[in-house]
Amino acid sequence: MQNTKNTIEFNTETVDLVNKIIRRYPQGRQKSALLPILHIAQAENHGWLSSEMMDYVASLLNIQPIEVYEVASFYSMFNLQPVGNCVIEVCQTGPCWLNGSEEILAHFEKKLGIKKGETTEDGRFTLKTVECLAACGSAPVIQVGTEYHENMTVEKADGLLSRWTEENKCSHTNPYL
Amino acid sequence: MAEQILLKSLEVPGLAGFDIYRKLGGYASVEKALKNFTPDEVTAEVKKSGLRGRGGAGFPTGMKWGFIDKSTDYPRYFVCNFDESEPGTFKDRHIGQLNPHQLIEGMILGSYALGARTSYIYIRGELFYVLKIIEKAIAEAYSNGFLGENILGSGYSLDLYCHPGAGAYICGEETALIESLEGKRGNPRIKPPFPAIVGLYDCPTVVNNVETIAVLPWIINHGADAYAAIGIGNSKGTKLISACGHINKPGIYEIELGLPVEEFIYSEKYCGGIRNGNKLKAVVAGGSSVPILPADLILKTAKGEPRLMSYESLAEGDFETGTMLGSGGFIVMDETTCMVKNLLTFARFYHHESCGQCSPCREGTGWIEKILQRIENGQGTMKDIDLLVSISKHIEGNTICPLGDAAAWPVASAVRHFRQEFEDHVKLQRCPLSK
Repeated sequence: MQNTKNTIEFNTETVDLVNKIIRRYPQGRQKSALLPILHIAQAENHGWLSSEMMDYVASLLNIQPIEVYEVASFYSMFNLQPVGNCVIEVCQTGPCWLNGSEEILAHFEKKLGIKKGETTEDGRFTLKTVECLAACGSAPVIQVGTEYHENMTVEKADGLLSRWTEENKCSHTNPYL
Repeated sequence: MAEQILLKSLEVPGLAGFDIYRKLGGYASVEKALKNFTPDEVTAEVKKSGLRGRGGAGFPTGMKWGFIDKSTDYPRYFVCNFDESEPGTFKDRHIGQLNPHQLIEGMILGSYALGARTSYIYIRGELFYVLKIIEKAIAEAYSNGFLGENILGSGYSLDLYCHPGAGAYICGEETALIESLEGKRGNPRIKPPFPAIVGLYDCPTVVNNVETIAVLPWIINHGADAYAAIGIGNSKGTKLISACGHINKPGIYEIELGLPVEEFIYSEKYCGGIRNGNKLKAVVAGGSSVPILPADLILKTAKGEPRLMSYESLAEGDFETGTMLGSGGFIVMDETTCMVKNLLTFARFYHHESCGQCSPCREGTGWIEKILQRIENGQGTMKDIDLLVSISKHIEGNTICPLGDAAAWPVASAVRHFRQEFEDHVKLQRCPLSK
C-alpha cells in the first residue's frame, strides 16, 4: 500500500466529533481514539476502509499509516474491501446454530441469490457470517449496522428484506449520530 | 426467590433515565462512600464481601484491587470490561441496556476506591446502540453532579468515557483489552507484569466485568456481611445466568449461588425444562470455553451428590467429571443435538478469534476446526479422534493468554464424554443425527 495524496476530508461536524473523542484520552495518547474514529471513517466511506481513508485517519491522529492498517486488519468489524449498501451479518456460533441459524443463512442466500461473503450484483446487499453477537437467549440473531434483529425466523427475514429493499436500506451510518 | 441485586428494578419503565433510577435509591452508595468511607475502606468492604469476578475467572475482586500500589504518583485507571463475547453469555448487554446507571454507580465506587481520575467502559463494537444508551446516562450523571469535578463536594473528581471495540473476542482478555484501548491490535501481553502494576498507558490498572461492577452499589449500601450471607461456601452472592439453547424459557436469571442445577433447568421459575418435552443431552455451564458435561454429570457429581450452581460444585471432579461456573453462559442441548457439530461451531469460533500471536493456538485452532469438519462430513478416521485430543493437549498451557485453553477444553471434554458419537461418525461415514 502506498501513501496517496488525501482527497478525503470529514465535514466540520465530524471533525468536531473526532476531536471530542480524542480529548477523552490523556495528552499524547490520541492513538487510543483509533477504533472509535475508524468506525466513523468506515461509515463515511460507504462501509469500508480504503487505504486513502486510513491514511486520512492516520493524519487526524498524527500517527503512521501502518499503525492504522495493522489495526484495521485485526478487527472483524472493519471491511478492507468495498461492501454492499446494506450488510447483513448472520451469527453462526453454537447457541445460534442450536436454534436454526443455518436455515436463516440459507434463506438469505436463496432470496438474495448470493453466497455468504458475496454482494448482490446491484450492490444493495452483502451477506456475511459473524461469530457470537452475545444475544444467545434470543437466537438466531442477525446484525445490520447498529441494529440487532433477534429470534429470527424465515418469515421475519422475508419481512425485513422487503422493507430494506423498499427503503433502499443503508447500514453504514455514523454510529455516534 | 433469591435476593435480586441486579435484576430487581429492570421492569421499571424509564429505569435507564437518571430521575427514575435516583427515585429508586440510585446513587445512594456514592453519597455514602464519598461521605463515610476512605477509598481503602471501600476496598476492604469489597474484600470482605467475598465478591468474585463475574467475567469468567472468578478471581476475588477485592484482592485484585488490593494489588494496586497507591504509593506512587502514576495515574491509576479503572476499566470496565464490557466486551461480552463468550458464546452463551448475554447478561452484560441486559444491564447496559436497561440499567446503565447502576453500572455507572459501580464505576464511580471502583474508581474512588482505586483513586482513578479517568475511567473507561470498553464495550464491544457490535453493541454501539448500548454504548449510546450508556453515554446518555453518563451525560445525566455529569449534569447531576455524580461525575466530573468535585463530586458532591467531596473533593474527588472523575471522568468516565465509553470506548467501542470493533469485533474481537480476544479483547475480553484484560491485557488485550488494554492494548485495544490504547488503539492497537488486541494482542494479549505476557504476564507478569499484571495490569495492577503495568496496565493502561503503563499505569496501575484494574479491569473488572460489568456484572462485578454493577454489584458494588448494593455491597456498599447493605454492607459486606449482608452480601456474604447470600450464597454458599466461597461462592458468595447472586450470579446472573444467561440460559440459552434447547430450553423452554431462554433468558437471564439472577440466582443465589448454590441453587441445584436440576432446579435451574427444570423449574418453571427458571429455564422451564427442555423444549418439546425432549431429553436433556448435555450442558455447557459457563460459556463455550468450559468443559461440556453430559446430562448425568451436570445434574449430579460423580459422587452422586446433587450438582449446585456454584464455583465449587460445578468444578467438583475437576475436568474429568466436572466443569466451571465461568461467565454463567448456560447452553443447554437436547437429545437431537450432534456433539461433533456443536463442537465444530465452537472450534470455528476459536479459530476465527485467535489473535495469532502464539503458534499452538494460531495453528492448532485451525487444525481442530478442519478435523472436526472432516469427521462431521463423514470423512474422518478413528485416528482423527485421538489427533483432536493430542492437538488440544499441545495448545493447553502453551499460550500467552487463556484463549488457547478455552479452545482446548471443549474439545478434550467432548471427546471424553461423547467419544462414542465421534466414533459413530467415522463408522457410518456420516453424521448419525443430521436429517
